[in-house]
Amino acid sequence: MEPASGLRLDHNHHLSLREFPYIIRWRDDRCKRCGKCTAVCPVKAIEATVKVQRLVKSEGPVPTPAAVRNITHIVEQVTDMERYCTGCGTCTLVCPNEAIEPEFNPQNKFLHYKNKGGDGYKRGGRRNDPALSTLDRLKFTRISMLTDPALDAGRHEFRVRSLLGRILPPEDLPLKLVNGKLTVDKAGIFIPPVREIFPIMIGSMSIGALSPPMWEGLAMGVAYLNEVEGLPVVMCSGEGGMSPRLLRSKYLKYFIIQIASGYFGWDEIVHALPHMVEDPAAIEIKYGQGAKPGDGGLLMAQKVLKLIAKIRGVPQFVDLASPPTHQTKYSIEEAVAKMIQSMSMAFGFRVPVYPKISGTKTARAVLNNLARNPYAAALCIDGEDGGTGAAYNVSMDKMGHPIASNLRECYLDLVRQGKQNELPLIAAGGIGKKGNLAANAAALIMLGASGVAIGKYIMQAAADCFGDEYNRCNLCNTGKCPRGITTQDPKLYRRLDSDRVAERVVEVFKAADVELRKLFAPMGRSTELPIGMSDGLSIDDPAMAERLGINYAC
Amino acid sequence: MCRLAAITSKDYISPMEPILALETMKEGHDGSGLGLTLKNLGGEFEKLKKYPVLSGICSKKGKKTLDDFMKKQGFKLKYEWTPKIKPIKGIHARDHYFARAYDYPASHKNKSIVEKEELLMKTRLAIRKIGEPDESIFAFSFYPDVITIKEVGDPLETAEFFGLDRDGLKAKIVLAQGRQNTNYAIYLYACHPFFIQGYCSMTNGENTAFVPIREFLMGRGFPGYTGYNSDSEVFTHILHYTTRQLGFPITYYKDVITPLKASEMEGRQDREALGLMKQSLRPLCIDGPNMVIGFTPDGTCFMVQDAKKLRPGVVGGVKGKYALMSEECGVDSAIPKRESAKDIFPMKYDMVIISPDAQEVKVWNQLQG
Repeated sequence: MEPASGLRLDHNHHLSLREFPYIIRWRDDRCKRCGKCTAVCPVKAIEATVKVQRLVKSEGPVPTPAAVRNITHIVEQVTDMERYCTGCGTCTLVCPNEAIEPEFNPQNKFLHYKNKGGDGYKRGGRRNDPALSTLDRLKFTRISMLTDPALDAGRHEFRVRSLLGRILPPEDLPLKLVNGKLTVDKAGIFIPPVREIFPIMIGSMSIGALSPPMWEGLAMGVAYLNEVEGLPVVMCSGEGGMSPRLLRSKYLKYFIIQIASGYFGWDEIVHALPHMVEDPAAIEIKYGQGAKPGDGGLLMAQKVLKLIAKIRGVPQFVDLASPPTHQTKYSIEEAVAKMIQSMSMAFGFRVPVYPKISGTKTARAVLNNLARNPYAAALCIDGEDGGTGAAYNVSMDKMGHPIASNLRECYLDLVRQGKQNELPLIAAGGIGKKGNLAANAAALIMLGASGVAIGKYIMQAAADCFGDEYNRCNLCNTGKCPRGITTQDPKLYRRLDSDRVAERVVEVFKAADVELRKLFAPMGRSTELPIGMSDGLSIDDPAMAERLGINYAC
Repeated sequence: MCRLAAITSKDYISPMEPILALETMKEGHDGSGLGLTLKNLGGEFEKLKKYPVLSGICSKKGKKTLDDFMKKQGFKLKYEWTPKIKPIKGIHARDHYFARAYDYPASHKNKSIVEKEELLMKTRLAIRKIGEPDESIFAFSFYPDVITIKEVGDPLETAEFFGLDRDGLKAKIVLAQGRQNTNYAIYLYACHPFFIQGYCSMTNGENTAFVPIREFLMGRGFPGYTGYNSDSEVFTHILHYTTRQLGFPITYYKDVITPLKASEMEGRQDREALGLMKQSLRPLCIDGPNMVIGFTPDGTCFMVQDAKKLRPGVVGGVKGKYALMSEECGVDSAIPKRESAKDIFPMKYDMVIISPDAQEVKVWNQLQG
């Protein structure tokens, strides 16, 4: 059909600002045109531009209006979907006059357009769901008062510790009585390695995904917590190895080394093995990730700088893709068992080896297989609210299983087999999503977890990550993290002070320790972690209460 | 909080002795029940020591069911004791209270004690299963030389109701509990003392770790670990599990329910074993506050508690007769002529162990081992 020339609207194929998730509020009257905001914007969503204004002015005692053309400099948001404002707010941080800030636009149609070139929207971060999670709806309702005196969190002796590693059933303990005393008879019996840890650990985030000062800050914080504060917090390396010096240092014992489908970093680790002075805390075999179940990992070429290339044993500036599945995996019965056994053997059976899977309806099948494998040290289940450095938005938002019921059904499955103390469950994904780190951790412990792993929470609390459930920032995949947390660009990561990160890590864990006591004390628990003490929990939804096997309270 | 009174003696005593001791601690129980377990029986049971005694309550209908069931199982009734009931206002009398001595079925007469114990426990559980839905039969214990009596009511009144003051029922060990109901419903199966295969205990204090402990015990694959109408039943089962099933000496019961810290274990010769036990038996840590009084099949009595127990129990007496009570006034009532300065108030690391026939009292210290 002949185009109806002249009837088309101007800019008809341009997007209006209303389609964008964040709209920049810029105040002409406050702006001094310093240009800091436009310089700092990680996505170039704002730019300095020039506008011509027609002003009607009148001077003198009688009205003598005259039009004046005035040229002004303004800051303008662009309407290019490739340069959408992520709402990170770095512009606000640098503005000397509080003249600019992004505002969330709940009516946005961002996802309708964010697929240019036929590729789906990719980002970092977490599931964009600001609703209250199950974990945040769980309450602690069994309070000791008169039938049983409450404890004083500040005065009583508390031990908030958990165990990581395969624990022998009491019936299988190699004990014998000698002169009325029990002794250990080690002949021919494998006693699996078990670590005593603080029940909250830092989950797997790699050097590569994280910037050097961020990873270093976390590692220093963890070492300080162990060495100075006596809090045995452990941290997982993520896939991508560890610094060669750290591998050979006495601090290695505070780290869980991850092996994932790309085996990145393991050349360096294997070469460091003869020189290790300490064993690592554990080995985590990653089979899945809660944020992007069934998806592999990807470290983009621009993040593969010299240090990363060296640690991972790859050339610089190439995309590092970890496949969705391990190349060796063809059945859980053999391949997973073999992997666990190989890793155990590499470390002389002195290190707990456990797999990490994403939350899934099939978690119990994995669990039952591990329950039968005497070398499996634990199972880590990462729920849908977990985070990632890079994934398709659709995977993050729509794939995955909530952690609460997944963990609970796995725990109850172990209870039915009487093995709940033998195979520790580690829960991850969305712990501290709304800031309630200790409460979420305690709730999961009382549902049956032996420990929990955190990622996003520590990035937010220790390094001020901007990300939230309204898709704020979430630029981790681009290497342009405005906080310097998930970037390999020295210009960006030099913004981050690793000492400050370490300090905050220490503060966060010390506070969590106090808060856990504040929760456990009124419930009368102080000596052992209340793993599976489900009668202490309740929720305000009858269906959820039934599903989790806990009380309904309203 | 329940009040507990236990007496172990070389001579036979009347069950009234600990009940009168309970009476002195009256402000501490609300009369929601009396539980009694008698071991090493005297009186008319003295000659029946090798026969298992089934203790319980049944309705008229339940009596017939029970008789038929026991007959079918091959048990032969040797003797039946029934209390001389004196109606008391406020105590609802049930149809038939009994302690019956049976002879083993022919198939089990020459079996080992372990096999006999298994048969007795399975029979008791089967009776419980039959009688529980309509409350037509309650079976509390089925074991040689042991009688259990339970009813809802004030302890002293309940004792009068059963006519225990006029009865010839006697035993060398008597455990009595005056119940103060806390969280769980007033129910006969929730009343202490609890008994399983020769092991018996009663507890005061609330067990905050009840659910994980119950789940752990139920996962042991042992059919007797069931019931749990009271959070205190787990203490008896932990005792049974650690001593009978795992074969640990009695002192390790303390190490299981109140494990030492790693630094405290250093002083123990058996620290390596303790470290492994602490991990493998982690769910059985009671995390208190509880005080436990109990006995084992050989007639050893003990008292133990955790660090959080604000009000420790007390053990006092003379050679040949010792009282283990939740309150000092109970000991005064039971054994007034003793040197009270020598009474033992076990502290958090202590376990008081009294040898059979009340011959020797030992305070075992967990730090020393």
